[in-house]
Amino acid sequence: MSTFDEVADIIAESCSLDREKITPESNIIDDLGVDSLDFLDVNFGIDKKFNITLPVEKWTQDISEGKAKTEDYFVVGNLAKAIDELVAAKKAAG
Amino acid sequence: MRLEYFQMIDQVAALDTQGRSIRCLSTVPQQSPVFEGHFPGHALVPGVLLIETMAQASGYLALALNGFKKMAFLASVKEAKLRTFMLPGAAIEITAQVAHEGSGFVVTHAQIICDGKRVSEAELMLRILPFPSPEFADMMVKQAERLGLETLSERGS
Repeated sequence: MSTFDEVADIIAESCSLDREKITPESNIIDDLGVDSLDFLDVNFGIDKKFNITLPVEKWTQDISEGKAKTEDYFVVGNLAKAIDELVAAKKAAG
Repeated sequence: MRLEYFQMIDQVAALDTQGRSIRCLSTVPQQSPVFEGHFPGHALVPGVLLIETMAQASGYLALALNGFKKMAFLASVKEAKLRTFMLPGAAIEITAQVAHEGSGFVVTHAQIICDGKRVSEAELMLRILPFPSPEFADMMVKQAERLGLETLSERGS
């Protein structure tokens, strides 16, 4: 199963959404209507599934400071890519 | 324990920063305005206040772990069980253990024990956010001092 599929499953289950409506292009906030509380559950689910800590506070800070765009992290396909990078970095660090 | 002031914990008995757990003690008062309504002639600590008690233990644990730099606010309650009634005068032990530390949130497993029996348990998620004001932060430090948490934090025990 791809990272996207696993993330989409977590979002669908955590937020009671129709899995079929979640695509790589879906914006988690604008398209899927996930609020901050539901995103905490998504975040927790991703952390557990991939054994990482999503740096959401840093991402949010980067967005607020103009260093990144919301879609860089909160579009499902991009989130999956970011997760792959975090998992790879963790493996590389041993 | 002062139910009407939401002071659910009397004392922090132990803090394990390495193991990320806390053990607190409290005694349910014999009398409280809360018991006048819950229930007239049959006093019971409301179940929501048992949840609050576990949330406060979890919150103090989170505060101690982040060095009182940020506040912990209850965000969600899962798998909550209220196994038996909590009566006036009950001496209870509240424990909380970090199950996961995320970015901006913490998940704990907390429980209340009375007379060696589990009274309630829950998985709690707390948001970790900046204090709304310096006065709020000072107030929380004073509350922690009242409970003995500051001393335990300094010792790292």
